[in-house]
Amino acid sequence: MSEKKTDNSMTLEKPPNLRVQSWKNFFSKLKKNKAALAGGILIILFIIVAIVGPFFTPYDPNKQIITEKLNGPSLDHWFGTDHLGRDIFSRVIHGMKLTLYIGFFSVILGATVGVLLGILAGYYGKRTDAIIMRSMDVLLAFPGILLALAIVSVLGASLNNVIIAVAIFSVPVFARIVRGSTMAVKNLEYIDAVKVLGASDARIIFKHVLPNVTSPLIVQASLNIATAILAASGLSFLGLGAQPPTPEWGAMLSDGRNYLFNAPHVAFFPGIAIVVVVLAFNILGDGLRDALDPKMKL
Amino acid sequence: MFTFIIRRLLQTIPVLIGVSILVFSLMHLIPGDPAQIMAGESAPEEQVENIRERLGLNESLPVQYGKFITNAVQGDLGSSVRSGRAVTKEIGGRFWVTVELALYSTILSVFLGLIAGIVSAVRQYSFSDVAIMIVALFGLSMPNFWLGLMLIQWFAMGIDLPSWIPFIDSTAWFKPSGWGSFSQVVLPVITLGTAGAAIVARMTRSSMLDVIDEDYIRTARAKGAKERSVIYRHALKNALIPVVTVVGLQFGALLGGTILVETVFAINGMGTLIVDSIQARDFPVVQGTILVVSLLFVFVNLIVDISYNFLNKRIDLD
Repeated sequence: MSEKKTDNSMTLEKPPNLRVQSWKNFFSKLKKNKAALAGGILIILFIIVAIVGPFFTPYDPNKQIITEKLNGPSLDHWFGTDHLGRDIFSRVIHGMKLTLYIGFFSVILGATVGVLLGILAGYYGKRTDAIIMRSMDVLLAFPGILLALAIVSVLGASLNNVIIAVAIFSVPVFARIVRGSTMAVKNLEYIDAVKVLGASDARIIFKHVLPNVTSPLIVQASLNIATAILAASGLSFLGLGAQPPTPEWGAMLSDGRNYLFNAPHVAFFPGIAIVVVVLAFNILGDGLRDALDPKMKL
Repeated sequence: MFTFIIRRLLQTIPVLIGVSILVFSLMHLIPGDPAQIMAGESAPEEQVENIRERLGLNESLPVQYGKFITNAVQGDLGSSVRSGRAVTKEIGGRFWVTVELALYSTILSVFLGLIAGIVSAVRQYSFSDVAIMIVALFGLSMPNFWLGLMLIQWFAMGIDLPSWIPFIDSTAWFKPSGWGSFSQVVLPVITLGTAGAAIVARMTRSSMLDVIDEDYIRTARAKGAKERSVIYRHALKNALIPVVTVVGLQFGALLGGTILVETVFAINGMGTLIVDSIQARDFPVVQGTILVVSLLFVFVNLIVDISYNFLNKRIDLD
C-alpha cells in the first residue's frame, strides 16, 4: 500500500522546466567558449563605465577652456583637449553611454520589426511571404550605409533619427534569418500536434516557434550591434547624426580631422574607443556563433 | 544557363520597381513642404512655388511617380535645385570615380583576403593562423573613416623618413586628398579595402576548412597529388563558391563605404555628392544619386548570382 503511494507521488512530481534548462545549457556553452566570455565581460565592463563613468569624469564634457585648446595627453588631461579646450577623456567616457544606447536600441528596434516580419513570412508563406520578402529584397538593394543615409536625409540629422535609420537598415537581416528558421520549425511534428490541440496561430508563433529561433537571433543581434555602432558613428562623422556639442565618438572624430597635423590625439582617442567597443561585440558575436550555431558562417 | 539568366533578370524587375518607389518616396516623406525646405525657411512664396512647379509637386503622386520613372528610364533624373544643372550632369564623371574606388578596393580585399584565408586554413591553429584572424577581427572592427584619418596622418603628412631614401618626399609619401594619380589612390583604396579583406579572409578560412575534410580531398592526397595541387586545384576551387557571394556583397558594402572614404580624402565621387546634397537639401540630386548607386548594386548582385555557374556546375540553376 505504501509503495503505491510512493508511485503516485512520483507521477505528480513537477516536470523539469525546459526553458530554464535551455538557458542553463546556453550559459554552460557560453562559459566554455573563452572568446564569447571575454567579449561578454568586456561589454559588461563598458556598460558599467557608461552608467557610472559620467559621475566620475574629471571634467564636464562640454566645459570649454580655450586657453588649453589642442593640448596633448598629460596628467591633467589623459587624452588631451580638443579645439575648444574640452577634455577628450571626459567626452569619450560620456560618449560610451551614447554609443551603447545607439547600438542596443537600434538593434532592439530593428530586430523586433525584423523578427515579426520574418515569422509572419515564414509561418504563413505564400502571398504574405512573397510581399514581405520582396520588400526586404528592396531594402537589401541599398548598399551598406546608403539606406541609413537616405532615411536620415528624410528625417533630418539627429541622434534619434540615426537610431531609426540604423534600425530600418538592419530589419531585412533579421527578417531573413527568422524566416528561414521559422520555415524549418513550422513543419516539425510538435507544431502539428499543437495545431491539432487547437492552439491559435499567435500562441504557436510566440510560444512554440519564437523560442526555437532565438539562437541565430542572439548571434546576429550581437554582430549587428557592432555594425550599428559603426554605421551610427559614420553618420555622425558626416555631420548627419549627433549634433554639437554632443560627445558622440563619430562627431568627435569629425572635429579631429581638421587638426591631424597639430593635434592628432583629437581624432585618435575617439577612434580607438569605437574600435575597442566594436571589437568586443564582434568577439562576443563570433563566440556566440561558435557556441550556439556552429553551422552559421561569418 | 540561358533560362536561368532570363529568370534572374525577371526577378530583378520587382526589386527595381521597389527601389524606384522608395527613392521616389524620399522627397515626399519629408515632414513638411519639400519645396519650402529646399528653398529655405525664409524664401519668398514665389520662389517656393517656382520649385514646386519645376519639380511637378503640384500633381498627384501617381502622376509624379509615372513621370519620374518614365524620365529615369530615358536617363533624365531631373535637375539640381542648387545649380539648375541636370542630375546626370552633376553625377557625370563622379560615377566612374566611385566605381573605380569600390573596384580597386574590392580587388585589394579579394587579393589580401584570399591569401590570408588560405594560409590560415592550411596552417590551422598555428601562430600565423591566430595572428591573421586577430588582425582580421581588428580590420572588421575599425571604422574606415578613422583608419583613413590615421593613414593620412602617418603616410601623407607625419612621417619623417631618413634622407638617404631616394625618390620619396620624406613628409608625404601619398597625397591626402583628390583622386587620379597613384599617390592619391593608394590610401583610400587601403582604407576601404581593409574591412573587406578581413571579411574575405574569414570566409575563405572557414570555407576552406569545410572542404579540406571532404573525402575527395583525402582521395586526391591518397592518389599522391602534390599538396599545392590539392589546395589550389581541388580545395580552393570548391571553397571559392561561398567566397564569391561574400565578394559580391562586399562590392555593395564598399559602394556604401565610399561615401565615408570620399569624405575623408576629399574625393569628388558620388558619395560626397550625396552628402553635400543632403546637407543642402537638394533632393533631386539625392534621389538621382541614390538611385544610380542602388541600380549598380542590384546589377553587381545579378552578375554574382550568374557567376556561380562558372564556378560550380553542380548548382542546378534551372
